[in-house]
Amino acid sequence: MTAAAAHLAYDVDRIRRDFPILARNARGKRLVYLDNAATTQKPQAVIDRIVRYYSSENSNVHRGVHYLSELSTIEFENAREYVQRFIHARDIKEIIFTRGTTESINLVAQTWGRTNIREGDEILISAIEHHSNIVPWQMLCAEKAATLRVIPVFDSGELDIEAYERMLNPRVKLVAVGHASNALGTINPLKRIITAAHANGSLVLVDGAQGVPHLRVDVQDLAVDFYAFSGHKVYGPTGIGVLYGRQELLEAMPPWQGGGDMILSVSYEKTTYNALPYKFEAGTPNIEGVIGLAAALEYVAAIGLEAISAHEHDLLVYATRRLLEIDGLRIIGTAREKASVISFVLDGVHPHDIGTVLDQEGIAVRTGHHCAQPLMMRFNVPATGRASFGLYNTRDEADMLVDGLKKVIDVFR
Amino acid sequence: MSDLRELYQQVILDHNKNPRNFHEMADATKRVDGYNPLCGDHYTVFVKVDGETIQDVSFTGNGCAISKASASVMSSTVKGKSREEAEQLFETFHRLVTGDASGLSAADLGRLAAFSGVSEFPARVKCATLAWHTLKSSLEGSEEKVSTE
Repeated sequence: MTAAAAHLAYDVDRIRRDFPILARNARGKRLVYLDNAATTQKPQAVIDRIVRYYSSENSNVHRGVHYLSELSTIEFENAREYVQRFIHARDIKEIIFTRGTTESINLVAQTWGRTNIREGDEILISAIEHHSNIVPWQMLCAEKAATLRVIPVFDSGELDIEAYERMLNPRVKLVAVGHASNALGTINPLKRIITAAHANGSLVLVDGAQGVPHLRVDVQDLAVDFYAFSGHKVYGPTGIGVLYGRQELLEAMPPWQGGGDMILSVSYEKTTYNALPYKFEAGTPNIEGVIGLAAALEYVAAIGLEAISAHEHDLLVYATRRLLEIDGLRIIGTAREKASVISFVLDGVHPHDIGTVLDQEGIAVRTGHHCAQPLMMRFNVPATGRASFGLYNTRDEADMLVDGLKKVIDVFR
Repeated sequence: MSDLRELYQQVILDHNKNPRNFHEMADATKRVDGYNPLCGDHYTVFVKVDGETIQDVSFTGNGCAISKASASVMSSTVKGKSREEAEQLFETFHRLVTGDASGLSAADLGRLAAFSGVSEFPARVKCATLAWHTLKSSLEGSEEKVSTE
């Protein structure tokens, strides 16, 4: 199907009906939810799946011999298999459940990092990273007397790939970059980044929090070493995330947290750790979250990521054009490859005031630094407004955003 | 729009566009930075205190209309007041923006009354109080950065 045909076949009205929250009002107006990069709304299928789990399946996993424990374990492990297929991992052993992207990245920093990073080593991140892909590496570098270096970014929000390739040297052990920027929308050229890193003998971790909701992810095709993402940004529950790691890397890493489920045998003298993936899953897991995440990924897969990408791209192009009609509005982040995220500033009006006025119109946008303070400094803005579109948004909602911004101008100019 | 007009009263819009005492102060006795990391509001408050009297107040920095107007009104309100009076004004202001204005008279409030609409917008209380918190910390002799998070 061509992109145009996919767009025609995309029944956004039907999709909207799958999300009960979209029918509610906010401040007495129809809710226009454009804060999807912060978190997405949940389809009825996910809500129902969690209710079903607690209504008829709830039991602890990997423990009991009784009927319900067997049932919940099967559902839990089926969910893991679904995640494996969704990101095209080779083996279920490579799918570790965490609390979210942040915990996934910290897991790698605390286990792989503390084992492999030595004094004088370098870790490269990009200038458009979320704090979650900056601070864990800063902490690791401080502990190991290693150096954190930052790949520069052009004014468009695109990485300076040639500068990156020049930064690669034998001391670089890891490159940690986002799949797509939460603040600017920039989609990074992962294949080129990964190929160059591997040729240099460096590993690559990708923060996929903004990748999985918008783009088809194939970790084997990317040949990425670690890929982290969160459930709640892809229409699933909060508090659940995934760390994908290549099996041989995960095997060699020491465990992180100790406790139940991550052990084979425990005595006071010696504990034998469990096999992958359980080695990294201490304690009773977020069973509801895992099962809800699989339901969300199934929902997304049923619509099809290509259709979602095409729909969101249409919204991005349309909303960009409409926003630029507003006098004094400037879009921060104009990369050629962008996810459906638009960061903007309006002459003479602080983003926080924009957010309050839009809120009175029922329009939810994010305002602030988007957990990317160094990036805001790079673009010399204290904060931006950000509209981020998901699979259920419409052109009509982009128009309402534009009308809302005209009201902002009425109040402040 | 009525709540909005209540929040963004003309006094606030005016002080946002033309903030008073919006400059550095070379002979300040104290300067303290105030920062709201959630929205990126960032101000530096300069005070010149002689004994118990606040002789002069100024500020620099940037942030939303509420925070800037509040810094501007704060600077002109406390100038010439004693430390104790300034602290009382902050308490009055804090009660006003958090919706606890019972018993406060128009005379107590003066120009501060323009911020009465803030109490309907809980997310904006931190914006309104940032400069006041910063002033308070400068009067208490703190050199620390103030944060309203």
